[in-house]
Amino acid sequence: MIELENVAYSYGGGELLSDISVKLAPGSFHFLTGPSGAGKTTLLKLCYGALLPTAGHVRLFDRDVRSLQRDDIAKVRRRVGVVHQDVQFLDHLPVSDNVALPLTVSGRQAETANGDLTELLAWVGLTNRSDAMPPELSGGERQRAALARAVIMSPDVVLADEPTGNVDWDMSQRLLTLLVELNKMGKTVLIATHDLSLIRAAKAQVQARVLRISNRRVQLAGADL
Amino acid sequence: MKFDLKTLRALVAGDRYADRVVPPTGFTAQLTLFVSGAMAFLAVFALALSLASGRLADRWGDELARTATIRIVAPEDQRAIQTNAALQVLSTTPGIADARALTDEEQQALLAPWFGQDLPLDTLPVPRLIEIEATDQGFDVTGLRLRLAAEVPGAVLDDHGRWRAPLVSAAQRLRLLGWTVALLIVGAVAAMVTLAANAALAANAQVIAVLRLVGATDSYIANAFVRRFTLRALVGSAVGVVVGVLAVWLMPSGGDTPGFLTGLGFQGVGWLVPLLLPPVCGGVALFATAYAASRALRTLT
Repeated sequence: MIELENVAYSYGGGELLSDISVKLAPGSFHFLTGPSGAGKTTLLKLCYGALLPTAGHVRLFDRDVRSLQRDDIAKVRRRVGVVHQDVQFLDHLPVSDNVALPLTVSGRQAETANGDLTELLAWVGLTNRSDAMPPELSGGERQRAALARAVIMSPDVVLADEPTGNVDWDMSQRLLTLLVELNKMGKTVLIATHDLSLIRAAKAQVQARVLRISNRRVQLAGADL
Repeated sequence: MKFDLKTLRALVAGDRYADRVVPPTGFTAQLTLFVSGAMAFLAVFALALSLASGRLADRWGDELARTATIRIVAPEDQRAIQTNAALQVLSTTPGIADARALTDEEQQALLAPWFGQDLPLDTLPVPRLIEIEATDQGFDVTGLRLRLAAEVPGAVLDDHGRWRAPLVSAAQRLRLLGWTVALLIVGAVAAMVTLAANAALAANAQVIAVLRLVGATDSYIANAFVRRFTLRALVGSAVGVVVGVLAVWLMPSGGDTPGFLTGLGFQGVGWLVPLLLPPVCGGVALFATAYAASRALRTLT
C-alpha cells in the first residue's frame, strides 16, 4: 500500500532521514514515535507524496512517487486521509463544507447532500457544530473535524501527525478511539506521536506496531513501550 | 494548467462549489475591475483614433489622387495659346473627367493669403493654372507628361504626388500608432492581471495548502482563480467599452468638414470594433491568470 525502501531525505545540506525502509500493509496500525525534530512529520509527508525522497524509493499504491505527475499525486492524496497537529481549514467556510472539501475537489460534492456527511459529523460528535466557522472551534473540535475531513473519501490509509498534541487526555482518548474504529473498518492507520501514554492506551485496544526514529533511522520499538 | 475542452467548458460553466473554495478578495477584485474598465475606455479612444486616421488617409489619398494641376509658364503672348493647346490635349486624354483653366479671380484668391487682395495679376508673370479632375480609373501621368512636353512646351504637370505621399504616410502612421496603443493597452491588462493574480495566489497560500492536502489538482486550484479574474476583466472592460463608446458618440461632429479632431470616432461597422475589447480582455486575463497560477503552483508547496 505505502512502502518506503532505503529512503533518505536531506534538507538544508543535512540528512534528516537515512536508509528508511517501512511497509504499511493494508489494515495495519502503526505508531511512529521519536523526539521532537527527529523527522516524524517529514516521514509522514514522504508517505503521501508531499515530499520526494532524496534517495531510495517511495511507492504509493504500487506506483513509485517519482513517476507520478503532480495531478497523479493529488489523486493519490484522495486515498490517503491526513490529519495534522496544526489543522488548517478554509476559515471562510463552515465546518460542514470544510469536512466535505475532499468530495468538492474531486467533483463528488453531490454526495454531501446525502446522509454521509451527517453521519460522519455525528460519528465525530460535531453534529451541532456543522454550521460553525473554523475559528469558533475548540482544539478538540478542530481535530475531530480534521479527522472527519480525512476520512470522508473513505481513504485506504489515514495518517495522523500528533493528532492529540493540542487536546486534553479525555479528548485524546476520544480521538484514539475514532482512529482505532477506523482501523477496525479495515483502514491502514499511521499515527506520529511522542506521547507514549497514547501508544500504551492504543496497544490495549488494537495490535499496533511502534516505529521509533532514532539517529535518522527507523527501528521497531521494543516491549518497553 | 491544460487548456483542453474539458477545462474550458468548466471555466465557462463554472462550479459554484469550486468558486467558493477561494475566499473573496475585495482589493484585487476592485483593482482588476477598475483597471480593466479604464484600459478598455482608453482602448476605445485608441481604436477611434486609428480608424479615423485610416479614413483620413484613404480620403486624402483618394482626393489628391483624383486631381492634378498644370501650370502654363510662358510669355504673355503665348500663355493663352498654350493654355488652349493644353486643354485640347487634356480633352483627348483618357481618364480625365474634367479640365478647366482657373480664372484670374480664382488665381488671385489663391495668392491672396500671401500677396493680399489687390495683386495686379496682369502686371506679373503669374503662370496660368489648369485644374484637372480624373475619373475613378485615373490617367497615365507619364504619357500625359510626354504629350504635353511635345505639344505644350510651357506646361508643367503636377500630379500632387509630392503632397499626397507624406500626408497619406502620416495618416497611415497615425493609424498604426492607434493600433499599437491598443495592443499596448491589452499588454498592460495582461501585466496587471498577472500581478493581481500573483498577489491573490500569494495571499491564499494557506487555502492552496489545504486544497492540496485534500487532493485538489493544480488545474482545479488554478481554475478557481482563472475564472474569477476572467470574469472581472470581462465585466470591467465591458463597462469601460460602454462608457468609452458613449464618450466618442457624444464628441462634437464636424459635419461634412474634413477636420481631423472633429472626425475622431467610429463610422458604420466601425462601431462594432470596440465590442471586440471585452472578449479580448477576458481572453488575455484568462491566459495571464493561468500563466501566473501555473508558475505560482509550481513553487508553492
